[in-house]
Amino acid sequence: MKILTTPRMERCIGCHSCSLACARLVHKRLSWDTAGIRISTSGGLSTGFEARNCLACNPAPCVNACPTGAYSQRKGGGVVVRKKLCIRCGECAKACPVDAIYLDLTSEPFVCIHCSRCVKYCPHDCIEMKEVAAEPVEGETAEEAQS
Amino acid sequence: MIRDFFRVLTINLTSGRSTIVEVGGRNEVAGGSGLAALLFNKYGQTDKPWDDPEQPLIFAIGPLTGYFPLMSKTVCAFKSPYHNQYAESHAGGRSALTLRFADLDALVITGKAARPVCISLGSRHIEIKEVHYLWGMDIFATGKYLRHMFRGSGHRSILRIGPAGEKGSPMACINADTYRHFGRLGSGAVMGVKNLKGIAIQGDASFPLPENKDYPKIFEEVHKQLTDTDMMSKYHNLGTPVNVIALNDIKALPVRNLQQTSDPNIAGISGEKFAEVALLRNNACSGCPVGCIHIGFVRERFSEENRYLYRQVAYDHEPIFATGSMLGVLDCFRVLDIMDVVERMGLDVMSSGVALAWATEALEKGIISESETIVPLKFGYAEGYKEAMQHLAMGTNEFYQTLSKGTLAAAEQYNGKDFACVLGQEMAGYATGETFFTSQALGFRHSHLDSAGYSYDQKPGEKNAGKAADFLIKDEQGRVFLTSMVSCLFARGVYNDELLGRCLDSVGYKDLAEKMSDVSRHIQKLRWKTRFATGFNPNSVSIPKRFTEIVTWKGAIDTEHLRTLKDEYAKRIIELGADNDKKTT
Repeated sequence: MKILTTPRMERCIGCHSCSLACARLVHKRLSWDTAGIRISTSGGLSTGFEARNCLACNPAPCVNACPTGAYSQRKGGGVVVRKKLCIRCGECAKACPVDAIYLDLTSEPFVCIHCSRCVKYCPHDCIEMKEVAAEPVEGETAEEAQS
Repeated sequence: MIRDFFRVLTINLTSGRSTIVEVGGRNEVAGGSGLAALLFNKYGQTDKPWDDPEQPLIFAIGPLTGYFPLMSKTVCAFKSPYHNQYAESHAGGRSALTLRFADLDALVITGKAARPVCISLGSRHIEIKEVHYLWGMDIFATGKYLRHMFRGSGHRSILRIGPAGEKGSPMACINADTYRHFGRLGSGAVMGVKNLKGIAIQGDASFPLPENKDYPKIFEEVHKQLTDTDMMSKYHNLGTPVNVIALNDIKALPVRNLQQTSDPNIAGISGEKFAEVALLRNNACSGCPVGCIHIGFVRERFSEENRYLYRQVAYDHEPIFATGSMLGVLDCFRVLDIMDVVERMGLDVMSSGVALAWATEALEKGIISESETIVPLKFGYAEGYKEAMQHLAMGTNEFYQTLSKGTLAAAEQYNGKDFACVLGQEMAGYATGETFFTSQALGFRHSHLDSAGYSYDQKPGEKNAGKAADFLIKDEQGRVFLTSMVSCLFARGVYNDELLGRCLDSVGYKDLAEKMSDVSRHIQKLRWKTRFATGFNPNSVSIPKRFTEIVTWKGAIDTEHLRTLKDEYAKRIIELGADNDKKTT
């Protein structure tokens, strides 16, 4: 399983190409908010940039916080979100320890699905997909997790 | 958001009231430069001075802003304190995308606040906040406070002025997001006279994308051209400072108030030297993967005990020319030192550098004395220029107050017009010859970006004023459409007419795409007509003697060709502005 990582954010120039690509390609929106990766400064433009993105927790606190089962654990970390089940309560965003989940005006959640589509748009290779061992999710054996 | 009208936020600082106005004309003026001219005609007062409280300060974006890469600039329009005429100044940074995501095509600020204020706005909020405690602060301190006062880190733009703007200096810029500027023709003073210290724009809305197959395909095509080909490598690599050596080699770099066009020691401020020893990192305007913003560093030892501080200063060809070669300062760190002061004060670097170059020569010639300049200005003496920049921004004495109105204004009072390097405003960093001098002297923005006169000078061919004027007019028409989109002009090699048409069509502006040629011609006329309505007379513009004394790789300047070309171009501009196109009213 692969997850999105941000190993070289020191190279980031703040172009927002990753966020715009995610919104455009995954969520079909023109936005730098409704995206699985969002960029902000560390403390002003003279201080460099930081990424807000899902760190692929396993177990993910947002899964536990979701009252309807809209969030489920993704193999290898992170979550799978079934928006049909989402009641827009915003509990997932509150539970995320790294502010990786964006809620729009209707409280619709946007979180990284580790799909890799943003990666090629970064001009400085700040972000990359990384292979991780698939930890078993609840109810799975280790063998089942790797299958 | 795709719409066949413009959604404009107007804010009146006198009353404190705001309004959302829907303005028609999308298929006539497109956006950006065209929209700004349309809005100035709606809200501006052609017969009142620039500092009349009712004069508007306009920020406009275009139909493609945010939808495609490098559609990342904002057009600022106002009546200029420099010449009291209609003017445009453009900047990158984040303001274009934040206006897009604030769901606005333009912002129009009129009136004058009773006390210093900042504006904070987004798609769902508008606030006018009293900030008397920020008045007097420099650009960087102001930016840091505004960051803490308003929300939206990363997805906002902070525009602000420094002491020069507060003082109403015609050389004051508006700083955009620390490293970019609405630099020329005094936009900072327009904010200053409105008691407007800063504007924080939060881009907090999002929009559905066009549901068709063309948009994603064209986006990929554009992105690939901008990133995979070498079309943008100049800007990605050394950046615009690559021009320093190139121009020096062909004897076309203004040096020491244009007393020379090259210098054997120019390597100390070359793009290569900056990259080798002073380049700290790069930054990008929002929506631009090229990232041409080059940020250098200077460090300063402030105590005997090896205690240092460091500063980050963005550099480009134009600031290097204006505070480097033009002032005879040929050490990149000393150039960054001067630029840092200019940034803090909120001055336009090109105007202020060229003005001090004139002052230095005037002092050398004994036309003025140190009682005027306060500090001993001398080519190459960076410390003197750092201090003089502060005097220029603060208007410390009558001399600096006059100089801040323009080098020609000072030359009128103190003499020395022959060596005032002014082409409509203080010159840009190209001494390529007759076509560029004409282009900047008469160009709409008096900018090297109005049309590629500097490039035309470098092409072999006969000296034909008619053909050169044809080129300038046609090139301006193409550029004015790009600045109505609003594209970064560095992408002009990618965004040709055919591609622009497909871009517009793919996001839903089919009508605009089908009549781009008519629309660009219309915008070109509308801008000139607006400029003329505020008093511009191209026949009154003179090109100082210094420009005729230089020698470039082509040899001496052909004064007869320069005169003929200037007259011819003036005639063409007047015809454009006088053309009674029904759409221009």
